[in-house]
Amino acid sequence: MGGFLSFVKKETLHILRDSVTMLIALLMPVVQILLFGFAISTEVNNINVAVVVPHATEAVRKAVSRLEANPYFTFKGTLYGSQIDETLRSGRADAVVVFAADYDRRMAALAAGMPAEPPVQLIMDASNTNTATAGAGYLQSVLTEGMAGFSAPETHLLFNPQMKSAYNFVPGIMGLIFILICAILTSISIVREKETGTMEVLLVSPVRPIRIIFAKMIPYFALSCLNLASILLLARYVLEVPMSGSVGSIISVSLLYLVLALALGLFISTIANTQVTALLISAMLMLMPMIMLSGMVFPIENMPGILQAVSCIVPARWYIDAIRKLMIEGVPFADVLDDFLILVSMTVVLIGVALKKFNDRLE
Amino acid sequence: MKKTAIKVEALTKYYGKLTALDRVSFEVARGELFGLIGPDGAGKSTLFRLLTTLLVPDGGRATVDGADIVADYRTVRKRVGYMPGRFSLYPDLSVAENLAFFAALFGVKLQSNYDLIAPIYRQIEPFRERRAGKLSGGMKQKLALCCALIHRPSVLLLDEPTTGVDAVSRSEFWDMLAELKEKGISMLVSTPYMDEANRCDRIALCDRGRILGVDTPQGIVARFDEPLYALSGERMYELLSAARRSAGVRECYTFGETHHAIVDPGFDPDRFVRDLAEQGFRHIEIRPVVPGIEDVFMKWMRYE
Repeated sequence: MGGFLSFVKKETLHILRDSVTMLIALLMPVVQILLFGFAISTEVNNINVAVVVPHATEAVRKAVSRLEANPYFTFKGTLYGSQIDETLRSGRADAVVVFAADYDRRMAALAAGMPAEPPVQLIMDASNTNTATAGAGYLQSVLTEGMAGFSAPETHLLFNPQMKSAYNFVPGIMGLIFILICAILTSISIVREKETGTMEVLLVSPVRPIRIIFAKMIPYFALSCLNLASILLLARYVLEVPMSGSVGSIISVSLLYLVLALALGLFISTIANTQVTALLISAMLMLMPMIMLSGMVFPIENMPGILQAVSCIVPARWYIDAIRKLMIEGVPFADVLDDFLILVSMTVVLIGVALKKFNDRLE
Repeated sequence: MKKTAIKVEALTKYYGKLTALDRVSFEVARGELFGLIGPDGAGKSTLFRLLTTLLVPDGGRATVDGADIVADYRTVRKRVGYMPGRFSLYPDLSVAENLAFFAALFGVKLQSNYDLIAPIYRQIEPFRERRAGKLSGGMKQKLALCCALIHRPSVLLLDEPTTGVDAVSRSEFWDMLAELKEKGISMLVSTPYMDEANRCDRIALCDRGRILGVDTPQGIVARFDEPLYALSGERMYELLSAARRSAGVRECYTFGETHHAIVDPGFDPDRFVRDLAEQGFRHIEIRPVVPGIEDVFMKWMRYE
């Protein structure tokens, strides 16, 4: 066992002395979490709203003050109907709420269950479709608040009523980061030994090469655990993601995913012979499908059937799904058992294939 | 203990259509320092990779310290010390860290075999904290040799250990090999430098995947039984073709700063110089020389 520990030590030294990689590996998760958490956001936040009020009745004033008081909107004042177009075009407002002149009558009719024209019109700047849809949805829910008999179906956005994007991105980034660090870095570090010729010396020794490979994975696993901790802490205390589920479950699913990513890295290292190839395979075969097909950015339900089928073999899909359920919905572990078992079987298959493919000769 | 350290029989290896090794056979006796001499592309590295079990032969068989390189490759890996052609240590680890790692790799304590490497390690010990990547070529080789010896192998396989190393370090390196030989380690060493052949007990000359001949360095030279002259003068390039056309010259080839000419018996050097002077070559110097290994190599290569 002394031998094994000295392999781990040697690998740790490699990582510690490659300060650039080390810095990237440790800072990347933090930067990405903060970037997605604050800068890139599709949530309803600071939507500039202006109103057109042809006839300011008591009910209209109430509705307007509800908009003014809402923290997610910035109230931009009242306009004349002729100014709408110009205001939206110049970007002074993202949304204009036009109240009907006979707002009270239409509302009363609706309340009585009689057919009537809609009392309010929403005009949105849809140059950014994400903000427009989210904004329209949220505006609607604010305006119809407490309106008896309103014809629109009552919508409750559970778990994430403000549609905070952090809730969506944190699991996604976790799915991405661990693959990046575990799979790409491990595969590159194994392939580096092939490329520089040290693998030749390692192979011509009594040690089974696979033990050296496992020793290689341990420091990367440790590094990823560090990242897991920093991501969870940032998500909880900076982005205020609720972590409604048990932290233990989140961690155990994540640890499984780390092992899977390491196995993926080992697998890549058995195919690639140079560091560049390893990087390309990782980037093209893993990163792209992962971002596109994991459900991190584009909902899987909206994809054509064939892509939905392909997404089933993307490990990140199941991991992100499980983490979303655990973090945001707060379901018990039993409810992510499916995802967990799929990840387990993927890990087993990957390790099996990688070990079978791993060659203890040069060809 | 087996008498032969390495036994190679009709070993053959193809890379696609290219024949890297063509039915190569030779034996290295226990305690022998055996040299593989040949230019790049002679198949030396392929042979090393076959003997270290990194490659599987396409034909023939070989044993290292009695263990078959295919059937018993794990045993081979335990017993050999191997130094590949290119520097194969970790440049980001220090001298001491590299050595400690290779000791652990072979499951030995550094102290238990320290006596074997001590004469070599003492030379690089002042730099033990330095990163291996920052060592000079000669020191890198010494460190690599220490790492290959750390588990007291019975057979040492050194693939071009002196390539890219300065002349002084090369000579020192061969002194170290001679010392290791005294300690009973059998060695197979390859080199493209013909002048290093004399440091070996026996040598095999090889070219394009084949072995041209195996003998002691003296024995190899003794096989060269024709008169040989060294030739120099002005306009060396034109001189070469003029000499080749001259009567009594069987062959002429460039040899360092001079040309070497193999001549027929009864060759008259004075007449040769006169003939060339008529063709406008002045200041021609010609003198008989003792053939070296390279002359034998050139000759055998042409008769292939």
